[in-house]
Amino acid sequence: MKLRKLAVLTLAAAMAAGTLVGCSSNKATETTGTEQKTEAGETTAKAGDTAEAKGQVYYLNFKPEVADTWVELAAKYTEETGVPMKVQTAAAGTYEQTLKSEVAKKEPPTLFQINGPIGYKSWAKYCKDLKDSAIYGHLVDKDMAVKDGDGVYGIPYVVEGYGIIYNDAIMQKYFALDGAKAKSMDEINNFASLKAVAEDMQARKADLGIEGVFASTSFAPGEDWRWQTHLANLPVYYEYKDDNVSDKDALDFKYADDYKNIFDLYINNSCTDPKMVGAKTVEDSMAEFALGKVAMVQNGNWGWGQVSGVEGNTVKEEDVKFLPIYTGVNGEEKQGLCIGTENFFSINGQAAEENQQASLDFLEWLFTSSTGKDYVTNKLGFIAPFDTFAADEKPTDPLAKEIDRYMNNKDLYSVSWNFTSFPSQTFKDNFGASLLEYAQGGKEWKAVVDEMKADWANEKSMTK
Amino acid sequence: MQKSMKRYFPIFVLPTLTAFTIAFLYPFIMGIYLSFTEFTTVKDASWVGISNYKKIFLDRNFINALVFTVKFTLVSVVTINTLGFLLAYVLTRGIKGTNLFRTVFFMPNLIGGIVLGYIWQLLLNGILAKFGVTLSFSAKYGFWGLVILMNWQLIGYMMIIYIAGLQNVPGELIEAARIDGATGSQILKRIMMPMVMPSFTICLFLTLTNSFKLFDQNLALTAGGPGRQTSMLALDIYNTFYGRVGWEGVGQAKATVFFLMVAVISLTQLTLTRRKEVEN
Repeated sequence: MKLRKLAVLTLAAAMAAGTLVGCSSNKATETTGTEQKTEAGETTAKAGDTAEAKGQVYYLNFKPEVADTWVELAAKYTEETGVPMKVQTAAAGTYEQTLKSEVAKKEPPTLFQINGPIGYKSWAKYCKDLKDSAIYGHLVDKDMAVKDGDGVYGIPYVVEGYGIIYNDAIMQKYFALDGAKAKSMDEINNFASLKAVAEDMQARKADLGIEGVFASTSFAPGEDWRWQTHLANLPVYYEYKDDNVSDKDALDFKYADDYKNIFDLYINNSCTDPKMVGAKTVEDSMAEFALGKVAMVQNGNWGWGQVSGVEGNTVKEEDVKFLPIYTGVNGEEKQGLCIGTENFFSINGQAAEENQQASLDFLEWLFTSSTGKDYVTNKLGFIAPFDTFAADEKPTDPLAKEIDRYMNNKDLYSVSWNFTSFPSQTFKDNFGASLLEYAQGGKEWKAVVDEMKADWANEKSMTK
Repeated sequence: MQKSMKRYFPIFVLPTLTAFTIAFLYPFIMGIYLSFTEFTTVKDASWVGISNYKKIFLDRNFINALVFTVKFTLVSVVTINTLGFLLAYVLTRGIKGTNLFRTVFFMPNLIGGIVLGYIWQLLLNGILAKFGVTLSFSAKYGFWGLVILMNWQLIGYMMIIYIAGLQNVPGELIEAARIDGATGSQILKRIMMPMVMPSFTICLFLTLTNSFKLFDQNLALTAGGPGRQTSMLALDIYNTFYGRVGWEGVGQAKATVFFLMVAVISLTQLTLTRRKEVEN
C-alpha cells in the first residue's frame, strides 16, 4: 500500500511539475522583447515592443577568430535599431555540421554563409534569391557573387588575398651580403629569380640568422589547405584562362610542372626536414615566421592575426610584405596576388518572411551605416567589396595594406580564386595526401599528377 | 511486496523507457529511414530507394576502412585479451603492491578518447622524430600507433574483469587438482580457463565491439592520415556524412550497414563463447 501511495505522489508531483513548466514557458514568450537572455556561445538581445513586427536576425558566423566582435556588433545593432539579433559561431572546421543541425531547428539561422558554387549546391534549397536586394546593388564586382541562372544566391562580403608573405628585414640583410643574387625585391619578379635567391639564402642561412627560407610545408591532418587548395589554384587559374572557362569536368593539369617548381622550392629550402612535414600545422608555420626563424611563408592576409599574436614575435609590422607566388609561367612578371573570396552571405529562404527582411536590413545597415562600416573595417578587419566604402575606409593591418597596394597597381593582374570550383572536399583531401607522400619521398610526381586528374574527373561526375 | 512490484512495474520502467525511446529508438528508426533518402537537413528528406546503398561501394574508402578495421580488430582483440589475462593472473598471485598495480593499470581507461589520442600523438611523434619520420609517414605507423593506444587503454579494464573471474574460481577445486598431481599449466588450462569463461565472453565482446566502433582515438591520433589509409569505419561514415556534398544519405546507409555488421559479429561471438561456459 505504501508503494501505491508513493506512486500516486510521484505522478502528482510529475504532473504538477509539468504544469509549472508549461506556465513558465508561457510567461517567457509573453515577456519576449524586454527580457535579455544569455547562453553559452550565443547572445540574444531583445529590445523594443515593435520587435516582433520587425522580425529578428539570427546569424550563424563562420569565422571563429572574430566571434566576440560579432556578438558585440549584434548588441550594437539591436541598440541602434531595436531589432533583436542573435549570433552564434561554429567552432573551427565545423561550420557545415553546425549549419546542418541549426537549420533543422524551429528558429533556424536567417543569415548564414556558403563557400562558393560547391557550397551553394548543398544549400540551394535554402538560399534566397538576392537579385533585387540593395546589398547586391552595392557590390562593386557583380561577377563575384554566387549565381545560378538569373538568380543571385550568395553575396561576397570580404575580399581576401594570399601570396608569399616575406620578412623585409631579413631580405634587406640578404641583399647587403656579398654576391647576393638580387639587390632589391623589385628584381624578384619571376620564378627563376625567386629560386636563385631562395637557394642562395638557404645556403647562407647561418649568415642570415635563419633556420630556412620557407616556413614548414604543413601537412598535419586538416592543415594541408595551403597546398591542395591555395597553391593548386595557380595551375588551375592558368588552365582556365587558356581555355577561357570557369569550370571543367576534366582537368588537364597542364601547369603541373609549374606547380612542382614552387612546391619543390618550398620543401627543399625550408626549416623543416621534408619527412617531418606530416606533423606540422599552419600555426607552426606562422609562428616560425613571426619568430624570425624563416624569411617567407605562403599564406593570406588573415594570417596577420597569427603573426601578431605569437608571443615573443620579432618581426616588425612594417617588415611584413607580400610577394606573388611565382611558378614559372610565361609572362608572370605581371602577376599579382591571388585575390578573391570564399565567404558569401546567404539569406535563409525558408525562414519566416519578416526575419528574411530583417536580415536584409541588417546587411544593408552593416555595409552602409557609419557604425556598421566602422566595425567591418576596423574591428573585423574585412576588405569589403562594396561601393559604399570610401578609399580611406580600409583595414590598416600591413597585409591588408599590401593587398590594396597590389590591387591598385594597374600593371599587374590579380589571380582569381578558382578553387571554389574544385570538385569536392574529398578531392582536396586526396590531392593533399598525395602531395604529402610526394614530399616525404614516397611517391613519384607523375603519380601525383595522374591521380589528381583522375580524381578530379571522378569527383566532378559524382557530385553532379 | 513482490506482487505490488509486478503490478507497478510500468511506472518504474517508464522513465528509462522514455529516455531510451527519445535518445535511442527514435533516432535509430529515423536513421534507417534516412538511409533511403536524400537530404541536407533531416527535415527535407526525399525518398530515393536503395540507391544510397549502391553508392556505398562507389568510392574505395569504405572498403579500405573495412579492411583496416578488421585487421585492427583482429590484432587488438588478441593482444588486449592475452595481456589483460596475463596481468590478471599475475595480480591474483598475491604479490606485494597488488592493489597499487591494479589501480595503475586501470587508470588509462578513465581518460577520454580524444585526449588520449592527442597525448599519444605527441608521444609517438616524439619517438618517431628520432628516426626522422612522423605518424602520418605511412599507414603502418598509424596502424601500430592505434594498436598501442587501444592496448594501453583497454588492458586495465579487461584485467579487472578477468581478476573478478579468477577470484571466483573456488579454492577447493585448485587444491583438489594439486593433490591429484596437476601441474601449474594444467591447472590454468583445464580448471581456471573454463571457470573464467564468462569473463572471456564479456571481455571478447567488449574488445571486439570497442575496436570495431573506434572513433575518437582514430580521429585524434591520425585523423585517417596519410590520406584515408588509416581511417576506420566510424570515421569513414563521419567523413562521408559531413565531408561530401549530397552524400548524407550514403553516410546514413553506411551507418546502417555498419550497425548490422557489428550486431552480427558480436552476436556470433556471444553465442560461440557462451557455449563454452561451464556451470560453477
